[in-house]
Parts: sequence; structure tokens; C-alpha cells
Amino acid sequence: MELARAFSTMAADLPAIFSMIVVSVVGLVMLTVAAFRSDHPSIPWLGVAGMVVASAWELFQLGTEPGTAFFGAIRVGGYAAFINLLVLLAGIATTILSVPYLHRLKHDYGEVYALLMYATVGMILLGSSNSMVSIFVGLETMSVCLYVLAGLIREDEGAVEAALKYFLLGAFSTGFFLYGIALMYGATGTMYLPAMAQADLATAGGTLLFWAGVALFLIGFLFKVSAAPFHMWTPDVYQGSPTPLTGYMSTASKAAAFGSLILVLYYALPAERWTLVLAVVAVITMVVGNVMALSQANVKRMLAYSSIAHAGYILVALAAGTEAAFAGALFYLLVYTVMNIGAFGVMALLEWDGREGRVQTLDSLAGIGTDRPVLGVTMVVFMFSLTGFPPFGGFFGKYAVFAPAVDAGLTWLVLIGVLMSAVSGYYYLRVVYVFWMQDRDDVVDARQASLGGLPPVSRTSQGVLVVCAVGLVAMAFFSGGLIEAATGFFDASAMAAAGGGG
Amino acid sequence: MFFLLATLAVAAAVGMLVSRSPVASALWLVLNLFCVAGLYLTLNASFIGVIQILVYAGAIMVLFLFVIMLLNLSALPQLEDIQWTQVAAFAVGVVILAQLLYVTALGLDVPIEPVSAETAAEVGDARLLGKELFTRYALHVEVAAILLLAATVGAVMLAQRRFD
Repeated sequence: MELARAFSTMAADLPAIFSMIVVSVVGLVMLTVAAFRSDHPSIPWLGVAGMVVASAWELFQLGTEPGTAFFGAIRVGGYAAFINLLVLLAGIATTILSVPYLHRLKHDYGEVYALLMYATVGMILLGSSNSMVSIFVGLETMSVCLYVLAGLIREDEGAVEAALKYFLLGAFSTGFFLYGIALMYGATGTMYLPAMAQADLATAGGTLLFWAGVALFLIGFLFKVSAAPFHMWTPDVYQGSPTPLTGYMSTASKAAAFGSLILVLYYALPAERWTLVLAVVAVITMVVGNVMALSQANVKRMLAYSSIAHAGYILVALAAGTEAAFAGALFYLLVYTVMNIGAFGVMALLEWDGREGRVQTLDSLAGIGTDRPVLGVTMVVFMFSLTGFPPFGGFFGKYAVFAPAVDAGLTWLVLIGVLMSAVSGYYYLRVVYVFWMQDRDDVVDARQASLGGLPPVSRTSQGVLVVCAVGLVAMAFFSGGLIEAATGFFDASAMAAAGGGG
Repeated sequence: MFFLLATLAVAAAVGMLVSRSPVASALWLVLNLFCVAGLYLTLNASFIGVIQILVYAGAIMVLFLFVIMLLNLSALPQLEDIQWTQVAAFAVGVVILAQLLYVTALGLDVPIEPVSAETAAEVGDARLLGKELFTRYALHVEVAAILLLAATVGAVMLAQRRFD
């Protein structure tokens, strides 16, 4: 490769990584400010401003033609812009929700918000990657930041447990992941996803070496999205981490990882082999997530199991493997991100135990809806949406992932999915019941909670939650258009696939 | 040459596992890393071989030895003695499994194309590696820089804050 030409190509490709540059430069500025005064109140808002600029840019990229940049390292165009936008919006919401929360726990260090920015950079690279190297570097950047954020409240043993568990198991899964990439590279001789598919075609569906690599690679990915046989870390980590950051972990990192998994499945792997594997994993994930969530007394732990269950619903769409199914999965990721960030955000504002809400029970929040009407009402919206009730986005999301799966002949899988969502109604609606229909004086825990003192109401946080709730209703109205737009990413990118890669 | 180095590497790895003293374990690990570096050299990947010695056998091992030195060894729980019958049973099991896997793999014909010595020398060249890193993989290098920065910031943040 001629050096001068390479550098001019890279300079021309700079707009493709505009949002990455903005987010990382703003992150550096935040870190510099934090070096002089760690709890400077402007730091989180700098981050929000940076991410708003980046998401405005991505909004205009939604309609652009797909292609690749940086010698095939990353994808540009509608698909990448959609995932990046999702990650950036989750980052904005999380930063705003974290400010009062971390301030109350006296952990409002500027570095936290800078790490949040760096995690976002990793997710952007992961969600728009076109080669295995990008996937790996993005995944690691994201994970390392999240390990630190999980253990932020170092005085609390639950947070330490969460961080250590996440780090050790995450490092272990990275080993699988890397070994899988090495085998896939060894079998095909390329790191680029579209080129990998061509190498598979040349050897009639890939060699044994290749599929062994794919198996290890999928283990790494399924760990990151907490699918069932690899989900053991999720409840402990989600329960022990600071609540708004848990919301970020459970949504943005999942959106980026699923976004990249869709790219791998769509571009690099021939479809006929992995359908059954993903279908079986989806069944186990849905059953384990929903059944285990039934018996949880702690809301954060329940939400952790529920996030496992939702990963299962998305895997149903991936198992179907058609373009409509991938588009449905994208729409579901959007809906899921909004409602889960909202649910964790509400819980962050209802914490009275001073231990990131990992000790308090659901019963202790009896009758809280009358005290905190805004939180109560938004939580009702999030819970109904998570269950999949018609007026909210959750219903249309589930429809978008299940309907293409039926078309692809996976009716048995969808049947299990629908049954499991019916089961999920029990534990989601129980939250609504406890919040609104129980009286505080009837429950021993609840009297204790009112003595311990609920956190003060924060206007900005409530504003974010209301926006999330309204967004869920709006998504329900515009679901058709959104899904159609998401399908458009695939139609166009299929044509670009042949030309992509280096 | 390959078999000599490979056998030595495996023996060093086993020695690291069974030795009862942490310092002896660390020294076995050094031997293992040197053998792996030798393997890289026989594969004409001279740059990776040298880097292996510099980074792993040099920097990381010094770090290990420092940590061992700073730990209070007598305060650590004593390791139990090794039961050699169990070790022997395990070794026999591994040998049989390896044979079975070898036979199965022959049946499935895993094609691994041999790489010629010239290509290997070309790819393992430091000049080419640097050129690739700063053109084709420039974006990844930049993001890896952010990764390292985030790891440093995170480590300092977690370690530095006193309990309040």
C-alpha cells in the first residue's frame, strides 16, 4: 500500500468516524477538566453536548448509501448510523440520569463520565464494524470501561463482587472470542466479513476449522449479550452496579453487540448452519430469563433476568435470519433500549438503602406511586411496554421480531416466545400492583423505607424518564415506518456487500 | 528443532504448575516464554520472537517477580502435596484423548495450507508490520489508544479514592 495515497484516503474518510472523533475528543476534554477539579458540575453536561452533536450528525447519515471506510475497517451508511444513534441516545440519557444519582452517593467524579464516553466510542466501533479486528477492539474498549463502571462504588461489597465477576468472566469470554477469530482467520485468510463469506462459498459452506472458530466466536458474543447458557454473571453484576450505569450496560452494550452480531451473520456466515443453534439458544434464554425472574424479590435482579429474556426474543429474530427479521431486531433494540433505561432510571430514583438498591425489596416500595406520581406513572408505562401490551412500543417490537420468524417457518419458537411473554406479565405487572395498589401501612418493609428516606426528586432525571415514556408511545404509532426504514438498510447494503471489504 | 522446543515448552509449563514455590514457578514460566519465542524464530517470525522475549520474558516477568517479592509468602495458604497417582491418571487420559482427536481430525481432513518460508519472513517483518499498523489498521490503533487510556484512568480512579 502506497503510504502517501493511504494517508490521503484516510483523511478523506474522516467524516465516516465523525461521531467517534467528537465523542473521544470531548472525553479527553472532560478528563482534563476533571484533573483540575474532579467534581466540576460542567463535566457531565460537556459529555451530553458532545453526544448530542454526534447524534445530530448520525441523524443525517441515516439515509446515506452504505459503504465502507478506513480500508474496509468500518461500515458507513444507514445501518451503522442507526446503531450509533441508538448508542449515543442511550449515552445521553444515562449521563443525565447518573448526575443526581452519583452526586447523592458522593461518587460524582468527572472520570466516570469520561469513561462513559470512551465506552460509547467502543460501542460505535463495534456496532459499525466490517472486520474482525474492529469487532475485537470495539468490544474490548467497551468492556474495559464497563468493568470499571461496575465497581465504581468501591466501599460496597456488592459492587466489588459485581466488578470482579464481570471482569474475570469477561476476560475468560474474550479468550474464547479471540481464539474463535483466530480459527476463522486461519480457515479463510481474511479478517473482513464480506470476504469471509466468499471464502466460505469457495469451500462449499466452510471447513471444519471455520465452524469451530464460529462456535467459539458465538460463545464470546452470547456471553456479552447474556444469552442463556452464558448468563450467570448478569444478575449479580446488574444488581451490584450503580443503577443508571446498569441501565447503560443492559441496553447500549447489548445494542452494539447485537448490531455487530447481525453484521457478522448477515455478511460473513452462510445462513443454513446457524439457524438451529441460535433457535435452541433463544429457547433456553427465554425460558431461563422469564422463569428465574418470577421468584426475584429485588427489582434490579428481576430486571437483570428480564434483560436475559429480552435477549432471547431478539435471538428469535436472528434465528429467522431474513432481512425482515434483522430489521425487526433493530426496531426491538430501539424499543428495548428506551424502556430498560427508563426502568433502571426509575429504580435509581427510588433507592433508599444506600447500597445501589441491591438490598431493598420490591415490597418496600408499596404505595410509592402516590408519593412520586411521575415515577409511578412512567414505571407503569415501562412495565406494560416490557410485558408487550398493545398501546406501547414493546408490543410492536415483539410483533416485529416474532412475525418474520413465523414467516421463516419457526412457528414452534415463536409459540414458546409468546408463552414466555405471558409468563413475564406476572413479574412486570406485580411491580405495577405494588407501586399503586398496595398500601404502605400494610407492609413492614415499606414503613422502614419511608424512615430511611427516599432520594429527593430530580427534575432533569424525571424529564428524561418522561421523554422515554412518551417515546415509547410515539414508537408504537410510528412502528410501521421505523421497521420499513430498518428493512431499507438491508436492501441497500446487500447490494453494497459485494463491493465492500478490502 | 520444533519438537525440541515444543517439548521443552510443555515441560516448562508443567514444571510451572507443579512447583511449590512461586519464585520457581515464575522462573519455569520464563523458560516457557523463551521456548515459545524460539518457536516463533524457527517460523521466521523474527520480530514477534524478539517482542515476545522483550515484553513477556522481560517486562511482564519482572512485574510478576516484584509482586511475588512484595507479597508476604508465608501468609499465603500452604499448597497441598501432589498426589502422583492422580497426575499419572490424568496424563494417561490426556494421551488417549489426544490420540482419539488426532484420528478423528485425520478423518475430517482439516486442510491447513503450509506457508512458504519467504512469505513468513515477509509477513513477520517489522517494517511491513509498522506500515500495515499505520495504514490499514490505523483506526484500530487509535481506538486501542483510547482503550489503554480508559484502562489507566479506571485503574487510577478505583485505586486512588479513599474510603469516605
